[in-house]
Amino acid sequence: MTTLLEARGVSKIFGGGVFDRSSTVALEDFSMAIDSGRPSITAVVGESGSGKTTLARLLLGLVTPTRGQVLYQGQDLQAMAHGDWRAFRRDVQVIFQDPYEVYNPFYRVDHVLSTPVAKFRLASTRAEARGVIEEALKAVGLRPEETLGRFPHQLSGGQRQRVMVARALLLKPRLILADEPVSMVDASLRATILSSLRTMNVERGISIIYITHDLATAYQISENLVVLYRGSVAEVGDVELVVKRPSHPYTQLLISSIPLASAERSWATESAGAPAGPQAPSNAGCRFADRCPSVMGPCLQAPPPLFQTDRHRAVACYLYQSAPALAGDKMGNAFAGSASRAPGNSAGAPMAP
Amino acid sequence: MTADVLRVHGLVVHYHTPLGAVKAADNVSFSLKAGERLGFAGESGSGKSTMVLAILRMIKSPGRIEAGEIWLDDRNLLTLSEEEMRQVRLARIAMIPQGSMNSLNPVMRVKQQIADALVDHGTRLPKRQVEERVRGLLQSVGLQPEVASMFPHELSGGMKQRACIAIAISLRPKVIIADEPTSALDVVVQKQVMETLARVQRELDASVILVGHDMGLVAQFVDRVGVMYAGRLVELSPVRDIFTKSLHPYTQMLIASLPSLDQKGAFQGIPGLPPLLRDLPPGCAFHPRCPHAVDRCRMEEPGSREVRPNSWAACHLL
Amino acid sequence: MEQSAASLRSSAGTARSGRLTGVLRYLHRNPSLVVGIVLLSGLVLFVGIGNILVDTSKARALSAPAMKPPSLQYPFGTDRQGRDLLAVMVAGTPLTLRIGFIAGFLGVGIGSILGFVSAYYRGTVDTVIRGVADIGLTVPGLLVLIIIAVSIKEGLTVDQMAIIVASLAWLNPTRTIRAQVLSLRERGYVEVARLSGMSGPEIIFKELMPNLLPYLGATLVNAVSNAILASIGLEVLGLGPIESPTLGMTLYWVNYNAALINGWWWWWTAPIVIILIVFLGLFFLTVGLDEIANPRLRRTA
Repeated sequence: MTTLLEARGVSKIFGGGVFDRSSTVALEDFSMAIDSGRPSITAVVGESGSGKTTLARLLLGLVTPTRGQVLYQGQDLQAMAHGDWRAFRRDVQVIFQDPYEVYNPFYRVDHVLSTPVAKFRLASTRAEARGVIEEALKAVGLRPEETLGRFPHQLSGGQRQRVMVARALLLKPRLILADEPVSMVDASLRATILSSLRTMNVERGISIIYITHDLATAYQISENLVVLYRGSVAEVGDVELVVKRPSHPYTQLLISSIPLASAERSWATESAGAPAGPQAPSNAGCRFADRCPSVMGPCLQAPPPLFQTDRHRAVACYLYQSAPALAGDKMGNAFAGSASRAPGNSAGAPMAP
Repeated sequence: MTADVLRVHGLVVHYHTPLGAVKAADNVSFSLKAGERLGFAGESGSGKSTMVLAILRMIKSPGRIEAGEIWLDDRNLLTLSEEEMRQVRLARIAMIPQGSMNSLNPVMRVKQQIADALVDHGTRLPKRQVEERVRGLLQSVGLQPEVASMFPHELSGGMKQRACIAIAISLRPKVIIADEPTSALDVVVQKQVMETLARVQRELDASVILVGHDMGLVAQFVDRVGVMYAGRLVELSPVRDIFTKSLHPYTQMLIASLPSLDQKGAFQGIPGLPPLLRDLPPGCAFHPRCPHAVDRCRMEEPGSREVRPNSWAACHLL
Repeated sequence: MEQSAASLRSSAGTARSGRLTGVLRYLHRNPSLVVGIVLLSGLVLFVGIGNILVDTSKARALSAPAMKPPSLQYPFGTDRQGRDLLAVMVAGTPLTLRIGFIAGFLGVGIGSILGFVSAYYRGTVDTVIRGVADIGLTVPGLLVLIIIAVSIKEGLTVDQMAIIVASLAWLNPTRTIRAQVLSLRERGYVEVARLSGMSGPEIIFKELMPNLLPYLGATLVNAVSNAILASIGLEVLGLGPIESPTLGMTLYWVNYNAALINGWWWWWTAPIVIILIVFLGLFFLTVGLDEIANPRLRRTA
């Protein structure tokens, strides 16, 4: 199966130049592939410092990887011909987190919609361009007469974000990368934007990579979940499995810390676990070792590989080292909906989802 | 019957802009019982931050408290002089403002900032005792003594926020107001900070007002919830009732729109947009978006009524 | 139906008058801008009306009786070489202002291009431009100008004067505009523009420059002000266009003829008052424009 967008062994290290002794590893040996066959929704969940923002920028080609490659339809972004690059820029769209910053206050909101139409030649006349823009706005539930002609500060945060979604739709992309699209939007308006994303996936066959710190929205919208911790994958797989029965101690900590909007006081029962220190851990092993309640010897030696504990889930934790190891670049095998089979001996891995 | 520590009657705050008066808080009334945790939930522009700033009389021009009474210990705070009010702040009512962890003075060590608060309120203690007090405060918020000599940039987000809590409780206030105390923090750190807040509340036997837009946070921390919409308090009920049998349509729709971790479902947002506070619709502020609106809602503003014991709501349909 | 049409019309009317009242209301909040505009307009009126009413040929030497104190016939008096000083002021002020404007515009124009390019593209280009500007800024400007002025053998024209001053006027704007662009280029909308397929120059012109217009305006006024000061400085030293009745040259003659000691007060009062009005006007204008340029006060949501 061909891949649409793929990260292959991508690492990004900041700093560490000749005069700079301290360097930060934002992302370590990360591999993920989005298939071009079936439109999927994949969520990447992580807190601050997890590397999710770096990942977004790497996948968009805004940042070059220190190691590894980012491939679009099999071609390395760094070595693309101009025509292929333009195709990439058309096929892969982004929705950023901040609905305020992405608008140039000098222009009306029309500007952010008309620019890609002009640059990618989506219409030959003004009237045609207007038509294309209006169609995109209606697709996200906005009324063109209420939106066009206004300045950004005259629209609410939710409206502005929806205009950004409309902008992403204009170019009829194959993949949309949504980086925290609703975290700066009011709760009552979030659902509308998320609903648009889901509709786009179902009705227009657009794959979505949804990057967030909010596990609840990630759970609701995606099929597969990648949990990032300090630049490495902690757990990956079918979102129902990862959320309902988390295996990695970090995932368990994360889920138990989420305050649920329900009458049940789940917070009262669990304690919050050891706090993370301000500095990154300096040991060579698992990056969660300094906070992990189940830390063992091997954890401090080398970072654990992914162990595929279920048909649709893999965990990077030595607690599960009896399960077959999964190579980093085969991480997609743990995704639900993937056509590939479970690896290796049937004696080890449990097959039940 | 537990005594009321704080009582707010008919608070009205307007911001006078060149485009008209923005009704940031409209006729808000509630009471805070001793030892209670009261949460105010609402989206941006609902008036919750304005309201708590008004309680501390920290509304700046062009904002003005137009009407209302705020009773603390048998004194109406709105009648006090500026100097008397200054004494009340921090000593009787303390606030952890929004984004406070970014408002710590970057060039002063933590112990200096806490000591400043003590000295400013007339604490005349020798230096050694002040240092002891500071150490004690840091300990009660779960920070190591070494933190006292650190600068804010050396602390993580959660540690900074706990330092702000330490400043807030330094004079053992009876009321602690926390305005979005964890909005910039990760989920795990958020829980630690809230646990700290709960612990200091118990030790001081104080009451807490928590203002936030995260319904989950409110659900897990407070005893009673006040839901604010367009500057009005539309519902005030015990926390269990809010999530199991809420009264106001806005509360119901807001809770229905929250994504759950239990099972996947359809996304249910609230259609329409929140109204402009300087151009509120007639009658009930929510009627343009309410699926149950009738003619009366469009004409007459609903007053707040005790629909069930201890549950207040402002809706004509109840 | 009728009611809504009428209200539409009245709202359109109020929209127009709303903009005027909006402008007036803003001016009320920004008194510096008003003072600056008033002072400079007054000066422009003086020059404009003056050029109509007064015979500017009288600004040349030997056109009027010498050393006459202010009278009805010669309201500003005359100087030692027989120039009608009112004519000198009316003819000379626009010359001085012209030097300032040409030099200021040239300086900010070059400075903008270099500043934008330097900040947007970073890398080697940035290092080179920044290096040259930094070195240039450390050299005492007046000294350089004097050396240049002295080396020009023939008589100096007003425009040549402007070019000389402009040669150094671009250094500071380059640095300050670069600093502004450096912060702007990190904005989200620049990234969105890049992802929408805009090229570098397009982003500079269409995305960055419009947001800097108020700042560029303030920088321009500042540059004009500095250019006028530099030109007056050179002229007072006698390094300016000798033939022209510019304000600075008048002061040169004042100095040359020791008018201060000799008590010919009308000779030095007129140019100094006008110079004062020019600088005060430009100063208040800068302060007023600064308020517009300051993002803290700019109208965003």
